[in-house]
Amino acid sequence: MAFRQFGPAAAITAALAFATPAHAVTEIQWWHAMTGGNNDIVNKLAEEFNTSQSDYKVVPSYKGSYPDTMNAGIAAFRAGNAPHIMQVFEVGTATMMSATGAIKPVHQLMKDAGEPFDPKAYLPTITGYYSTSKGEMLSFPFNSSSMVMWINKDELKKAGVTEIPKTWPEVFDAAKKLKAAGHATCGFSNAWASWAHIEQFSAWHNVPIGTKANGLDGFDTELKFNSPLHVKHLQNLVDLQKDKTYDYGGRTSTNEARFGSGECAIFLTSSGYYATAKGTAKFDFTSAPMPYYPDVAGAPQNSIIGGASLWVMGGKKPEEYKGVAKFFTFLSDTNRQAKLHQESGYLPITKAAYEKSIKDGFYEKNPTLQTPLKELTNKEPTENSRGLRFGNMVQMRDLWSEEIEAALGGKKSAKEALDAAVSRGNAMLRTFEKTAK
Amino acid sequence: MEKSTVFNNRLLPYLLLLPQLVITVVFFYWPASQAIWQSFLREDAFGLVSEFVGLENYQALFAQPEYYRSMLTTVIFSTLVAALSLSIALLFATQADKNLKAAPAYKTLMIWPYAVAPAVAGVLWFFMFQPSLGMLARPLRGMGLDWNPLLNENHAMMLVVMASVWKQISYNFLFFLAGLQSIPKSVIEASAIDGARPVRRFWTIIFPLLSPTTFFLLVVNVVYVFFDTFGIIDAVTGGGPAGATTTMVYKVYADGRLGGDLGGSAAQSVVLMVIVIALTAIQFRYVERKVQY
Repeated sequence: MAFRQFGPAAAITAALAFATPAHAVTEIQWWHAMTGGNNDIVNKLAEEFNTSQSDYKVVPSYKGSYPDTMNAGIAAFRAGNAPHIMQVFEVGTATMMSATGAIKPVHQLMKDAGEPFDPKAYLPTITGYYSTSKGEMLSFPFNSSSMVMWINKDELKKAGVTEIPKTWPEVFDAAKKLKAAGHATCGFSNAWASWAHIEQFSAWHNVPIGTKANGLDGFDTELKFNSPLHVKHLQNLVDLQKDKTYDYGGRTSTNEARFGSGECAIFLTSSGYYATAKGTAKFDFTSAPMPYYPDVAGAPQNSIIGGASLWVMGGKKPEEYKGVAKFFTFLSDTNRQAKLHQESGYLPITKAAYEKSIKDGFYEKNPTLQTPLKELTNKEPTENSRGLRFGNMVQMRDLWSEEIEAALGGKKSAKEALDAAVSRGNAMLRTFEKTAK
Repeated sequence: MEKSTVFNNRLLPYLLLLPQLVITVVFFYWPASQAIWQSFLREDAFGLVSEFVGLENYQALFAQPEYYRSMLTTVIFSTLVAALSLSIALLFATQADKNLKAAPAYKTLMIWPYAVAPAVAGVLWFFMFQPSLGMLARPLRGMGLDWNPLLNENHAMMLVVMASVWKQISYNFLFFLAGLQSIPKSVIEASAIDGARPVRRFWTIIFPLLSPTTFFLLVVNVVYVFFDTFGIIDAVTGGGPAGATTTMVYKVYADGRLGGDLGGSAAQSVVLMVIVIALTAIQFRYVERKVQY
């Protein structure tokens, strides 16, 4: 994979090397995990920045999947040659935060470099995730998304579902109708099992995933997602899995194609799926807010973000940091943000870019892209819906998914599975707490 | 006494041994000793904080029910992979050893999969058997079989076993073929003249004469399933569903690389190393007795 990316990257690097005048250019390494259309966007951004000035050169390199990129960065740091900028997915946030000394906080970076920087210019639902409890921004949000429910309108119509379902019971009904209308293998499904049914589910229903505001207020947090509501939801899925009214879609995004192929007409996954849906779906599709249980008081609350942010690594030279700071200012530009949002489907990170997109009438033509923004800003965030920050989250998600799989596969009851997920997760949190001092 | 006079220079034998020793030290003893040292430490992922914790990593490891489960999974997985890849390769090799017209082409095709990287092999099998899109999974579902490696543990195990076996058959095939070709034709012809049928010839003459190759391959295959299969598992199932395909070596990878728990991961690799050394010792002690050189 690395080699496939190497060709175009090398060509761009070479072209730029000849184009720039012969004075010392400070190189800034940017490691990322973007593929397909989003990879082109990354390369284009770097190219635009490089031609806009002549002191710094941003060199993007694709390093594989999100976990691969993070591991490559960590290994490089241990070997003493970390990149300047590293894209880390949201679940790696706690690991990065606890690595004082390995990272350079963004608020500090901007201050040291004397770049204009107003944290209030950014959407708080997004930056809250990447800031300390004091509101200091630690990493720079790059591609943010949330979870939405993708709907195949054509198939719903065929099955006689006239309205897009809003609640879980309505989704279950619609799925049964879809199944009766020929979708024998999948009434509805989802990607990112634990993100959908534990993390987003909890925030959306205003129930805690863990104590201490889901870990945002300290690493001595304990998991709480084995509540009766969680058990009820998982039990519903287990029952529906038996005849494939619900069909499990895996831990990551590998089964998103089941929506694009028309097999699953209702599918919960990231709003960042937009670019792919646009390219592959040969039917009329839209996105809707995640379903909720109407008997839960206060639901729906607000959703939480996913995606990734840019972390600046520690131990670099001041002039290199200056370049990084200039690059972040470049990225925050309203027009650029608005364009980035409208092309990629990821969320705008500044308020100005969001307002501009509204003013441009963009959402009237593309209501699909406003769904995640509406979800995120649905209500004022509470302790349970500000975000989450658990150590070892990368592996923790696997562990939670394992238990969901055990329940869906009939090896454990819903209650046993969630109890095990909580107790095993807590053990992992205690190990992390010992290393993150 | 006679042998020692061959080397006039006392240093020469050591010099000749040196390259091999250097390789063994650099690529085995050094990393192995580092793993042992690391298994006594607790470190964060970035290596910023490092603390000596004695046997704590081992205690935590043996307190996990999942670890015992991964041991059981490893036993099932490695038995299946070693048995299947050895027997299928032997079958293919005996067929290729016959006087066939297209034997060279057949042999080349058999050897090819060995050049495929484990992760690539994994992705290949993953796509062929992906429940809703896979070209082999669709006919299975069409026949009414509810093929679902995402949730069905047996399906997932079958898938990783098939991928690992497929990857290893070429290697075994190559050695079996070489072994078969080195068996003197006269012995086989003599038995044929005595009236032994092909099956009897195989079990009483060919198989015993092939035993040094079989023994060598047994050792190599056990090492393969214990150490080299995590790439395939990672690409095909990611250890799931519900940990059903998490073998010991995959757990080393998952805890160390995905979990950033280097101390715990190092402790696991030390345990794994001890097990493989013990297994190899047992093989040499007991199985080798039956080998006829």
